[in-house]
Amino acid sequence: MNDVNRRVLPGFRLSLGYTLAYLGVLVIVPLVACFLKAATLPFDRFWAAVSTERAVAAYELTVGASLVSAAINVVVGLLVAWVLVRYEFPMKRVVDSLVDLPFALPTAVAGLVYSSLYVQSGWLGRFLVPLGIQAAYSRLAIVLVLVFVGFPFVVRTLEPVLERIDADVEEAAACLGASRLQTVTRVIFPSLYPALVTGFALSFARALGEYGSVVFVSGNMPFKTEIAPVLIVARLEEFAYAEATAIAVVLLVISFAVLVVVNLLERWSKRVYA
Amino acid sequence: MSTPDHTNSRSDPRWVRITLVAAALGVVGVLIVIPLVDVFVEAFGRGFGAYWRTLTADEDTLAAIRLTMTVAPIAVVTNLVFGIAAAWSISRFRFPGRTLLTALIDLPFSVSPVVAGLIFVLIFGLQGYLGPWLRAHDWRIIFATPGLVLVTTFVTFPFIARELIPVMEAIGAEEEIAAVSLGASGWQLFRRVTLPNIKWGLVYGLILCNARAMGEFGAVYVVSGHITGRTDTMPLRVEKLFQEYNTAGAFAVASLLASLALVTLAVKTALEWKTRRDLAEAARLRSEGEEP
Repeated sequence: MNDVNRRVLPGFRLSLGYTLAYLGVLVIVPLVACFLKAATLPFDRFWAAVSTERAVAAYELTVGASLVSAAINVVVGLLVAWVLVRYEFPMKRVVDSLVDLPFALPTAVAGLVYSSLYVQSGWLGRFLVPLGIQAAYSRLAIVLVLVFVGFPFVVRTLEPVLERIDADVEEAAACLGASRLQTVTRVIFPSLYPALVTGFALSFARALGEYGSVVFVSGNMPFKTEIAPVLIVARLEEFAYAEATAIAVVLLVISFAVLVVVNLLERWSKRVYA
Repeated sequence: MSTPDHTNSRSDPRWVRITLVAAALGVVGVLIVIPLVDVFVEAFGRGFGAYWRTLTADEDTLAAIRLTMTVAPIAVVTNLVFGIAAAWSISRFRFPGRTLLTALIDLPFSVSPVVAGLIFVLIFGLQGYLGPWLRAHDWRIIFATPGLVLVTTFVTFPFIARELIPVMEAIGAEEEIAAVSLGASGWQLFRRVTLPNIKWGLVYGLILCNARAMGEFGAVYVVSGHITGRTDTMPLRVEKLFQEYNTAGAFAVASLLASLALVTLAVKTALEWKTRRDLAEAARLRSEGEEP
């Protein structure tokens, strides 16, 4: 059938050739150029650039805030996905489409509005600031916007899996004397693990590279609230291209590692749950 | 789901349901609804007239809107052509490296926007590989519109291809093979058979691609150079107004981008409902056909 396609349908060479050329020119060559540029740096200079205290603080904050926000997203994402799949309530369809807003809303808008909501005069800040909760220009602010940008990933990975869970399994568990809580924690949750892990990883990967929203809310104080992408921009603005590239390579390597892990997880869960 | 949800063993106690729904609505409310409402309240807080003046009296804001309206369509159209070519080759043919190619198409999604901007500075910037040559020919890419188009195309690269590939795989090649055997030319095949089949998937990919193209911040931030009135796109204009403590101006531009997001969501939702209805209809026809 597939060989038939190639003999019958037109455009194999044209479409594949165009795809490869476009991908090569726009994506592969620039990425390789970035690594080559970093490789022209003598190793000790590269190491000096990526291991300054300020850079290390930035990686720690980037990875730490991304991990925390992805973990929060797992919890709230599970809650929202469960409610959307299992229960009926008014405005459910509106809520369902609003879940995708972080995919559609420009990150600069998210940053702008989050920074104005959580300052002392803001709608939410006026309740939180008196309690001593500084959710603007702080690390908490970074986590909050990262939760926002990563929110749809967990919900959207979980929903189809929740929909596919067989009613029979739950009924069997109930018939065998399991309480509702036991059914949920021992029967339903285990079948959600692969989707939860994928959702976590996607949300984490998105948070790692995020710039637009964080730059508005964090205050960008070196050592305190400066994430790695902000540091790259700071280096670029000092025209320290080599240093910026070195830090970018570190960030790229982390992102690609996450990407590989996500792919392996997906393949593994397909095999286990096929 | 064929079995109703209301069998005893599957339904949770009423208080659990109410608590969980309330908690979920709380999460969506705080994370999404309140920020969304706040954008428009801040923008329109001083009345529609003030809002309109804030937008139209500022030449630089108008220039930013025009620039975004130039950059985003170019990026979307180039990615549209690429998306169709990629989906055609990947979904209709088998060749070595096909899985790898599919994975590579997603690559820009895992590159931080800032890094995406940086890699183009490294090539086309003054210190970059092609910088001296471009300068000798008096061509500007970085800190000019071509650079904005390049990075926007890069960050929105996968959107259309990854929507189309599964759609075309699901549809299959039978109709296309039939068309070719009836003597259709390549163009006729595409226009009369393939395009009508994939049009909704195409629209879906297009609107997502466009939303990201208009809203991109990090990548364009790096290559734009922030020349007010010349290389500031709408999101960059939001940031600049914010830095200048012109909150009203920042929120006015932000409200335009937020409206774009709402339109995107509305079209997306409508398409998803339509697809669900079509699938249900197809399933109904099939099951009716099976009955004696």
